[in-house]
Amino acid sequence: MPLWLFAFLASLALISALGVILQRNPIHSLLALIMTLLVIGVLFIGEGAATVGFLQIIVYAGAIMVLFLFVIWLLNLQSQNLDPGRVALKFFAGIGSAGLAAILFALLIHSATTVKPIPVTAEYGSIDTLAETLFSDYLIAFEVTSILLLAAVVGSIALARRIPGSGLKAASAAEGRPEGDSKLVSGATR
Amino acid sequence: MVATVQCLLMFLLALNLSLFNLYFERKGSALIQDRVGANRANVFGFGKRLGLPNLGIMNTTIADPLKLFTKEDFVPEGADAMLHGLAPFLALFPVMVAFVAIPFGDTVTIGGTVYNLQAASLNAGVLYILATLGLGVYGVALAGWSSNNRWALLGGIRATAQMISYELAMGLAIISVVMAFGTLDLQEMCRRQGELWFGWIPRWGIFLQPLAFVIFLVAGIAESKRVPFDLPEAESELILGYFTEYSGGKQVVFMLTDLMEIVLIAMLVTTFFFGGWQIPFLMHDGFHFPGGHFLALPSLLVSILGVVAFLVKVIFLCLLQNVVRWTLPRFRYDQLMRLGWKVLTPLGLINIVITACAVVAVGRPG
Repeated sequence: MPLWLFAFLASLALISALGVILQRNPIHSLLALIMTLLVIGVLFIGEGAATVGFLQIIVYAGAIMVLFLFVIWLLNLQSQNLDPGRVALKFFAGIGSAGLAAILFALLIHSATTVKPIPVTAEYGSIDTLAETLFSDYLIAFEVTSILLLAAVVGSIALARRIPGSGLKAASAAEGRPEGDSKLVSGATR
Repeated sequence: MVATVQCLLMFLLALNLSLFNLYFERKGSALIQDRVGANRANVFGFGKRLGLPNLGIMNTTIADPLKLFTKEDFVPEGADAMLHGLAPFLALFPVMVAFVAIPFGDTVTIGGTVYNLQAASLNAGVLYILATLGLGVYGVALAGWSSNNRWALLGGIRATAQMISYELAMGLAIISVVMAFGTLDLQEMCRRQGELWFGWIPRWGIFLQPLAFVIFLVAGIAESKRVPFDLPEAESELILGYFTEYSGGKQVVFMLTDLMEIVLIAMLVTTFFFGGWQIPFLMHDGFHFPGGHFLALPSLLVSILGVVAFLVKVIFLCLLQNVVRWTLPRFRYDQLMRLGWKVLTPLGLINIVITACAVVAVGRPG
């Protein structure tokens, strides 16, 4: 990838990343986030890792961001003036993020000076090499991650499911309180 | 340079085929429903006086967009004006760019140079298609949200839920096809469909993966939000769904997106299941018929025949989708979701398991 293209895409990614945190409307922030993820995917593709780039676009920009959209819709988030917060908290948050930025910068400088670039092979970034690495060298980590994701799915279904007969959700039954809408019904009948 | 020309060619082809779809939508639906259809079409009214035949094609393909483009471009009060303007293009763009990865012919040799008849020969063409299909959701979702209209929002939510549900089934169908052919390159996939079984059955995807074909076609029609899956724009419930508040040029863009999606699905089905540009028994040097008969053809003619075969298959599949549209009634919403999650997705998973067993047991064909 030529340098000017990289610079253009990288600045596009940075600008849209800034757009995520600087806009008040949550949907606009989400669009900026989609843009960021998309451009990062394009950067991957431009650097020869086409498979990773396309997977980035499919999984993050295409699937996970749709879920974000649904969450914003369901929680009915509006653009609103947030609580300005406390000065002391802001102070510590500023120190924390400055420290993080310093560490990142130091690491970048360190890697730029000490790490030697490795020449890539012809199959670099192809789905064959990716699959080989994933299913031989990192097989256990890969399988453990998928089991973790499965456990998360089962857990969320177990929390949200209704217990037959009681009309309660499992989560509210465990806390021993009736659910919100059943309270509304009893109020109306009284 | 060559790639630019091919991109342009593919784009114009898709546009022209969507015009064909528009025409079929007007006149073909009339044919199916035993009506006359659009019948007031003439060039400035001269045609009839001169005894020319009724130019229905002029009506739909020129008059329709012209009429819409001259209408007022309306933004409803309280709408998010920026997103309202952006949404149609967010919907159209992913569909438009998907066409470049589809091979429309084999290599052709002109003047000693070999041209690959595919605008962008991507190693991971299947992933590219999936990525562009996945991005199509946002235009529709944001159109519904930004209109500040409850019907539009309901339509947008329905469309989003429907598209991500059927994308899963579609992805599973594609995975089993990829497993069967062992490649993510669409051109290579077409080449591998050129071989023969028992010397006379072409090894097309539809014979290798019949279940995946059914899943892919159903999910594809659902993805393009056509009847019987047009819940997002159900007129009797939601006025027009997510594009209720659109008029004029932006409405045209949404219509064009729908029409181009039909063409895209037709091209993808052709590539995955009907051998792309393959004609049975046609090799690089001519026809090799099963009985040992041989008909030699010049290589340029073979290439042209391949492109023609691709076009014929695509037009056939466009017609098939349109006929489905004008034949079946609309599903109920719970039926739609049940079909997606409880029928197509499990069937796709079963198909993947069967394909994996078959690939391990007997090896890949070819």
